[in-house]
Amino acid sequence: MVNTPIYLDNQATTPLDPRVLDIMMPYLTEHFGNPHSSTHSFGWRTEGALELAREQVGRLIGATSDEIFFTSGATEANNMVLKGAMALWGPKRPKLLTVVTEHKCVLEAARFCEKLGFELEILPVETSGLVNLKKVSAAIDERTALVSVMAVNNEIGVVQPLKEIGAIAKERGALFHTDAAQGFGKIPLDVDELQLDFMSISGHKIYGPKGVGALYKRTGRERSLEPFMSGGGQEEGVRSGTQAPALVAGLGAAAAIATDEMDLEHQRMERLMSSFLGRLQDAVPGLLLNGDVERRWPGNVNVSFPGIDGDLLLANIRDIAVSSGAACASAVSGPSYVLEAIGRTVEEAKSALRIGFGRFTTEADVNFAADHLISAVSKLGGTKA
Amino acid sequence: MKNAIYMDYNATSPIRASVIEKVSTTMAEVGNPSSVHSAGRKARSVVEEARAKLAALTGARPRDVMFCSGGTEAANSVIFGSGCKSLIVSQIEHDCVLAAAKRVDHPVFKVPVDRSGVVCLDELENALAQAPAPALVSIMYANNEMGAVQPISHIVELAKKYGARVHSDAVQAAGKIPIDVKFLGTDYLTLSAHKLGGPQGVGAVILAPTAPFQPLVTGGGQELGRRSGTENVAGIAGFGEAAFEALAGLENSERLGALRDKLEQELRAYSNDVVIVGEGTARLSNTSCLALPGVKGETQVMHFDLAGICVSSGSACSSGKVKVSHVLDAMGYTQDVAEASIRVSLGYETTEAHIEAFVSAWKKLYDRTSRR
Repeated sequence: MVNTPIYLDNQATTPLDPRVLDIMMPYLTEHFGNPHSSTHSFGWRTEGALELAREQVGRLIGATSDEIFFTSGATEANNMVLKGAMALWGPKRPKLLTVVTEHKCVLEAARFCEKLGFELEILPVETSGLVNLKKVSAAIDERTALVSVMAVNNEIGVVQPLKEIGAIAKERGALFHTDAAQGFGKIPLDVDELQLDFMSISGHKIYGPKGVGALYKRTGRERSLEPFMSGGGQEEGVRSGTQAPALVAGLGAAAAIATDEMDLEHQRMERLMSSFLGRLQDAVPGLLLNGDVERRWPGNVNVSFPGIDGDLLLANIRDIAVSSGAACASAVSGPSYVLEAIGRTVEEAKSALRIGFGRFTTEADVNFAADHLISAVSKLGGTKA
Repeated sequence: MKNAIYMDYNATSPIRASVIEKVSTTMAEVGNPSSVHSAGRKARSVVEEARAKLAALTGARPRDVMFCSGGTEAANSVIFGSGCKSLIVSQIEHDCVLAAAKRVDHPVFKVPVDRSGVVCLDELENALAQAPAPALVSIMYANNEMGAVQPISHIVELAKKYGARVHSDAVQAAGKIPIDVKFLGTDYLTLSAHKLGGPQGVGAVILAPTAPFQPLVTGGGQELGRRSGTENVAGIAGFGEAAFEALAGLENSERLGALRDKLEQELRAYSNDVVIVGEGTARLSNTSCLALPGVKGETQVMHFDLAGICVSSGSACSSGKVKVSHVLDAMGYTQDVAEASIRVSLGYETTEAHIEAFVSAWKKLYDRTSRR
């Protein structure tokens, strides 16, 4: 028994885990205080919630709680790091290095830095969607201020070799940032092992609330950032503005659950992916998996159906909610720049679907989705006779 | 804490029951408003419904309402995004405006206020005459610490004479006094949900249809390209609901005004030396800033806390740090008075009994200072 439409768009956003909602509710009701009200118990109570969440988020990535700063989301954190690091360190080291398949908010922030006069280099990726480490190594030198490479790609799910990139960046004295919106809470990410200086984190991609994220910033003056928003000096002056205890507590709870369940969930995702992909490959000749098959988050299945129009296919699969591109600034249609970067033709890119499994996706959901999809593809003439 | 009397609404307001309901039901639904499938479209419609409610609260067109993470982000986006060549602020702005003003790379002018906390219009005109055009005038609608309401439509009129644009931080005013941006003529008005009974973590900029705006947060191009980042759908839904309730309950400010006046009259009747900051000025009806010379604000706050009453000394920012108010300083109060001040701010759950409890606790404190 499945309830349709089945939500299979867990890269766009995830449902809120009911356990997270339970943690959040008291901060919407009786504990509503401003966490920066230092003069009364309403304020102290919510300040405590912020500190607990800071520990929970930090623990998941091997950071201490004083290295975690809450933001309104990963987009804000990415903006803070790219714009803030270049504004401060760019005058000495003018180069900024990132990758062509990064999320739009990283690329937009990088282009903003370029407009200010800094040197932007955007690395290509291989057909696997992964960066070539030789090219990474050749691109980083003593004039590079910041290297920004995402952990897990939002469209095709590939996992970049952060450890190797971190080692190169460290050796050349460049700061290293990862946009971990899709990776945090899904795969192990240890800031020391990866030699990260900054990490951007999102709440709503890990069954937490929307409107909250975090920035990991390694301690030390040399990782200072030019402030992005100024004001009351909250978050040690790194990020001003009244914090939202309900949202922050939700992010903390989501991180704590992920800490406990990440390994098992990863194994379950692998089983779901392999069964789903196997069925699709059997039925659809010429099916293309976009992104490396090994180095990927298994909750992401991005596939092209050669010869079939993705939008037409979407219109025929009303019982499953999936995406034909990244969910951003709706109404911007056009082939995905990520698929273009891995060498897909316009036709191949336009025939692509991203199917995203999550914590609440069952085996029955996946079987239903495979049947539904195969029958739609068949109707459009894309399956074996 | 449930039985504590909360009188610190200007720091944050308890969330209204209907808002909690709206936020929690929205949270239970999945969907990114930018996704085209039904879950996404549903989330989109939640956001748009809230946008219409914010538009109704402020007299704006829905498309001129831009959501963001709060009042601080809203003010920062305007100050860094208006494209103006100079900035004129009052001395009593919220820290988010004053701190942003320190970071702009063009000339900044600070306009003083008079003893009652109202911006000196002559001085504003002087600044407008000197400031490289176009200037951005950023003057708050109502002050967070003592409640003075600024003559925004006069300020706009003056600014327009010099081709300047006007931003008003209306975080404290919204929901307390009627606002109509068409009548006021502001180019930018900024709001925060949690000051009017909505959730923390949401704010908005209300733009004039012609106002230039360069985004602060760039990325996926949400909010018509003005503010990237996945929308805080549940928070925005709660903001909409709070705006709706605030609009419907504007007359509540009369009730609060009567309570606040009663409070001040009782203190005044009991003592000659209590200082009521901005007494006699047009103030927010819920706000009272009281100084008891010789008794530190922190001491007073602690006394009230023991009596189960939450008030504040200074504004609730930069956690832990309580500094002497720049607002009272600008109004010409001595440091002694500024250090001895507390802020009492009322809201929709405040009752007459709360006022009586406060007055009685205050009298006890006063007697202890052995003035009588």
